[in-house]
Amino acid sequence: MRAETREHLFDVAVIGAGVVGCAVARDIGRRGMSCVLVDRADDVGDATSKANTAILHTGFDAEPGTLESRLVARGHQLLSDYAGEAGVALERIGALVLAWDDDQRAALPGLREKALSNGYGAVAVLDAHEAYRREPFLGPGCLGALAIPDESIIDPWSTTIALATDAVRSGVDLRLETEVVGVTTVAGVHRLETTTGSLAARWVCNVAGLGADRLDNIFGHAEFHVTARRGQLVVFDKMARQLVSSILLPVPTQRSKGVLVAPTVYGNVLLGPTAEDLDDRTDTASTADGVEQLRAAGSRVLPRLLDEEVTSVFAGLRAATEHRDFQIRAYPEERYLCVGGIRSTGLTASMAIAEHVVELLGSAGEDVVRLDDASGATRFPPLGECQVRPYRDAALIATDPEYGRIVCHCELVSAGELRDAFESPVPPRSTGGIRRRTRAMNGRCQGFYCAATVVSALAAARGIDPRHLLGLDGGQS
Amino acid sequence: MTTGTVQSEACAREVADVVVIGSGPAGLAAATAIRRSHPGRVLVVERQARAGGIPAQCDHRGFGLRDLHRSYSGPDYSRALAGQALEAGVEIITETTAFIESDGALAITGPAGLRHVEAAHVLLATGARERPRTARLVPGTRPAGVFTTGQLQQFVRRSLPVGSRALVVGAEHVSFSAVLTLREAGVAVRAMVTDLEEAQSLPVANAVLRHLYRVPLMTRTAVVSLEGRRRLQGVTLEDCVTGARLSVEVDTIVFSGGWVPEYGLARSAGVVLDPGSGGPAVDALGRTSRIGWFAAGNLVHPVETADSTAVQAARVGAGMAASLTRTRGPLAPAVPVRVAAPLAWVWPNLVRPGLTSGGDVTLLRTAEFGAQRSVRFSQDGRELGTYRIRHLTPNRSLRVGAAWRNGVSAEGGLVTASLH
Repeated sequence: MRAETREHLFDVAVIGAGVVGCAVARDIGRRGMSCVLVDRADDVGDATSKANTAILHTGFDAEPGTLESRLVARGHQLLSDYAGEAGVALERIGALVLAWDDDQRAALPGLREKALSNGYGAVAVLDAHEAYRREPFLGPGCLGALAIPDESIIDPWSTTIALATDAVRSGVDLRLETEVVGVTTVAGVHRLETTTGSLAARWVCNVAGLGADRLDNIFGHAEFHVTARRGQLVVFDKMARQLVSSILLPVPTQRSKGVLVAPTVYGNVLLGPTAEDLDDRTDTASTADGVEQLRAAGSRVLPRLLDEEVTSVFAGLRAATEHRDFQIRAYPEERYLCVGGIRSTGLTASMAIAEHVVELLGSAGEDVVRLDDASGATRFPPLGECQVRPYRDAALIATDPEYGRIVCHCELVSAGELRDAFESPVPPRSTGGIRRRTRAMNGRCQGFYCAATVVSALAAARGIDPRHLLGLDGGQS
Repeated sequence: MTTGTVQSEACAREVADVVVIGSGPAGLAAATAIRRSHPGRVLVVERQARAGGIPAQCDHRGFGLRDLHRSYSGPDYSRALAGQALEAGVEIITETTAFIESDGALAITGPAGLRHVEAAHVLLATGARERPRTARLVPGTRPAGVFTTGQLQQFVRRSLPVGSRALVVGAEHVSFSAVLTLREAGVAVRAMVTDLEEAQSLPVANAVLRHLYRVPLMTRTAVVSLEGRRRLQGVTLEDCVTGARLSVEVDTIVFSGGWVPEYGLARSAGVVLDPGSGGPAVDALGRTSRIGWFAAGNLVHPVETADSTAVQAARVGAGMAASLTRTRGPLAPAVPVRVAAPLAWVWPNLVRPGLTSGGDVTLLRTAEFGAQRSVRFSQDGRELGTYRIRHLTPNRSLRVGAAWRNGVSAEGGLVTASLH
């Protein structure tokens, strides 16, 4: 028998360390409850949260009256404030919903009404002349636009990592590479069997993203079914950044927000996503058809974009359900919370979802009043082009020359930043983890110069064989 | 777009007559030529830890025949060029990266600090890099095991594991170099694939590949998908003619060649690019659209062999040295030179009528094979010169004379280079 007496009983086990799970764990941790945050991946935000359009939405086009509408609007505010405090790159560049035919132009006033119903009043309908004045490189045939000045772009990776770091600093026990394989509940205690041992918790909060419905089933519920909706995205070279100043959106349809063109805080331009419903919840491959579809859409919106080099192509999976709202439910008698059906607005809504979850815990009688802010806001490394990055910070380099020793030449990432990442509370375990924390290897050469240096440095920092980092140790999971 | 500004109070200055960005063969040869005929401060800025550029990581021999008149290994060739430059009085600073400030000025950063650069002349010699898998839009998963030749060489030099079975994409000079590197690392090369109808390197390289190494060359074959989650597991190939597909089990793939000029700094500096080469548009003296800014080497002709790059860049350097001592007036207007398909690019691609110096070579690239053709230069329908070409091979140097430039009229339209 295992030594159950030694086992710690957590107040809450949060399953899934995506952006929402990290936000939830952070909020729980800051309120003095003990919390364990588990994820099967080797990094936080390694599934849905790492491959999105990196937009901080106002929620102008949400379905009025839904929980999603409320949490997106609230989350926009919370995350804007948090990004400012934590130093996460955010640029309020605004968006234009572009109309390319008469039907779409006719839909713009309705979209404005929808925005008003969602409590967002700063929208304005623009004529074609004004649209071209703001975006001179638009392709021919734009008939007008709806301007949403508060739509913003944000660093999605730093957001998740910052929330996770704050969670860990608040005492949350983060366990990565830990997959939940079974749950038993005896005498009000949930016992989670995981690939790294068993855990006991009074509450379980299911934030498992693509796996949230299956975990929900284990708890005896079947309120929704998750379909993996693949979104392929093309990232263009930084030189394309001069072609576009705001987020360019199509008129949305029932199914999808459609293909957008948007700058990133790293200075690139993003084109995507596709919306493909898949049976395989792990298929993040890009396809020739998908990329071709995106290029066709992009060539209409911003023809010159296609002349630029592509820096990367990737695909993410959103957790779509049959419902048109978030699937957030509390089962106080079971001490179980389900946070499912978090769609592409999850990044924006993450902190509001966390706030909502804490309220649900409070309603269930948990003591969630105390807010532990003793640690203060943690500042995260400046990764955005709107910030002063270390390579151009003379005072910083004078203090520590490692910030002038450039390792990744495309993204101008220094040895000092790599070192800081390795020494951080939530350090990278994979090359992907380094990319997301420092931008190294994410530039136009994709590691032509720096990959060998970065892989060697990571292997040394972790004290492991590089074969493990390079997938040459056998496993494919 | 960089919107941040340099913290100027804390920032030092670097003043020189000429600053050369990049210490590959072009940068070093040009700097040496400048310093040999000009006594001022010539500073070469290199972002890597050692001078020498790409040859410094190529262990095979064959470097230096055209400029130093003997055969060196890549690292030895780099050392020889750097030694020559230092002997001439050139200063080389390594581990230092150049970037463009928001006002368009040049700055450098490194462990020694951030410095604004003040120089009468700037020479861009940032070279070229291979186009990675992503930019080639090859679909599929994103596992480990996907390389360019340059990346592969650095892995092998650092004794990092590469894999056990590999596919090489591309069949130009550097692709054969990738095969050599893989074999040295103990990796079995399953095949070399190219979407063109033949390999583009020397016939001897083909023979070695086929008969000595027994590596099949698959022509008219495209890579259509990569598979594998953590590590590459397989690659799907497609016959460009029949559309037939074939799966190959490999854990390593090298996307070789497909050279892209390292244009970031040039474009950030507002230098106009040539639509053919993708590098800065330059005249025969390396002058770009920005006054005082020059460009040379594989940044402007992606790519020539290291030695011929050095020879051409030395001429640019000599011209720069001469112009340092002259009173500078506004640049004469330039007439752009464009290529018609299947030509891919021409260098130089700006002609300043009246300019007499600047060498006697015109470099071209073709996208198609051919034999017994001619290249014709014309302006507004008027023929400027025609040159016979015996063999046309994609990704291989094609050189003709430069007398056609003498007939270009400053008042005329674009000059066109076309195949007949």
